[in-house]
Amino acid sequence: MQSTIQVAETPEGIAGQGFFATTLDAVVGLARKNSIWPLPFATSCCGIEFMSTMSSHYDLARFGSERLSFTPRQADLLMVMGTIAKKMAPVLRQVYEQMAEPKWVIAVGACASSGGIFDTYSVLQGIDRVIPVDVYVPGCPPRPEQIIEGVMRIQDLIGKESVRRRNSDEYKQLMESYFIK
Amino acid sequence: MTTEQIEQLLLNTTGQSHQLSLDGYGVMNLQLKVNQLFGVLLQLYKDPELEFHFLTDLCGIHYPDRKDEELCVVYHVHSMKLRTRLRLKVYVPIEKPEVPSVTGIYGSANWMERETYDFFGIQFVGHPNLRRILNMDEMEAFPLRKEFPLEDPMREDKADFHFGR
Repeated sequence: MQSTIQVAETPEGIAGQGFFATTLDAVVGLARKNSIWPLPFATSCCGIEFMSTMSSHYDLARFGSERLSFTPRQADLLMVMGTIAKKMAPVLRQVYEQMAEPKWVIAVGACASSGGIFDTYSVLQGIDRVIPVDVYVPGCPPRPEQIIEGVMRIQDLIGKESVRRRNSDEYKQLMESYFIK
Repeated sequence: MTTEQIEQLLLNTTGQSHQLSLDGYGVMNLQLKVNQLFGVLLQLYKDPELEFHFLTDLCGIHYPDRKDEELCVVYHVHSMKLRTRLRLKVYVPIEKPEVPSVTGIYGSANWMERETYDFFGIQFVGHPNLRRILNMDEMEAFPLRKEFPLEDPMREDKADFHFGR
C-alpha cells in the first residue's frame, strides 16, 4: 500500500551512492522551517482564533509547530495576536529581546499590524513601532486558514534564509533602527 | 426614606441645609461645595439611620463651557440599610482642580481617585498615593479632557494627503 505521508522535499544537491552533497544553508533552512517553536503573545480575540488554529481541526502541528514555547528563551517565532496597549509595548519588546537568535515575528490581525479600529491614545499603532515584523496577517480577526498561511510564509522566509544573515550589516542596521542592543 | 427625611438628618448632624433633588430615574442628587464634601460624606457614612457604607462609583466629568466649574467629580453612594442610592456632585475650576480625598472614609476610593486623577487631572488632596493607574506613567496629558485629541497623532494612514485634502 502506498503511504500518504508527505515528507519535506529534498533540497537541490548532488546525490550519489552513499552520499548527498548540498549547501549548509539549505539543510539548516530545511530543519529550521519544519520545527518552529512559536511563542503565542495573545492579548485578545485573535488569540481565540489561534487556539482554534492549534486545535485538532486546523492543527498547526502539521507544519512542525507542535510545541508551543511559553518562554521566550526557547522560542523561534513570536506570534503577536491582539491589541497591544502602549503600556504593554515595553513588555512585548522585552519578550522579543529575550528570544534567542534566530527569531522571527508575525503580527496577526489588524490591531497587532496597525492598531486596527483602536485609533486612540492608549493603543500602540502597530507592533512594528517597537519590534521588527516579518509577516503581517490581515483580518479582524483572521480565520485560522489565514494564520496558517502566515506561518507558511514565515516557513518560506526561514527556508531561504542564509545562515549568515544574522551577522550581516543589513540585519545589524535593522536592529539598530529599533534600538535593540 | 424620602429626600426630606435625609435633608432633615443632614441638617441635624452637619448644621447646614442641603437640597436634594430626584432625577428622572428616582435617584437622589445632591450638589455640594468642595469644602462641604468630606463632612457630608462622613455623616452619610456614620449616621446610624443612613449608613451609606458602599461607594459604588467615583468619576470625573469635563464641561469645557462651564466657567470656573469645568471639572465635576461624581460620587455614587449606596445604603444597604435603606436600599437607596445617592449621587453627590462637586464642581471645581480647571485652574485649581483640588478635591479632598475620601479615602479616609471609603478605602475603595483609593484606586477610583487615582483613575479620576489619571484621566481628568483632578488633585485629590490627602490621597496616600496619587499617581497614574491605567495610562503610562510617561503620559503628560489627561486624556479624557475635551481638549485632548482622541485619535493617535502618530498614525500616518489617516493623514490628509491620502484623502486629497
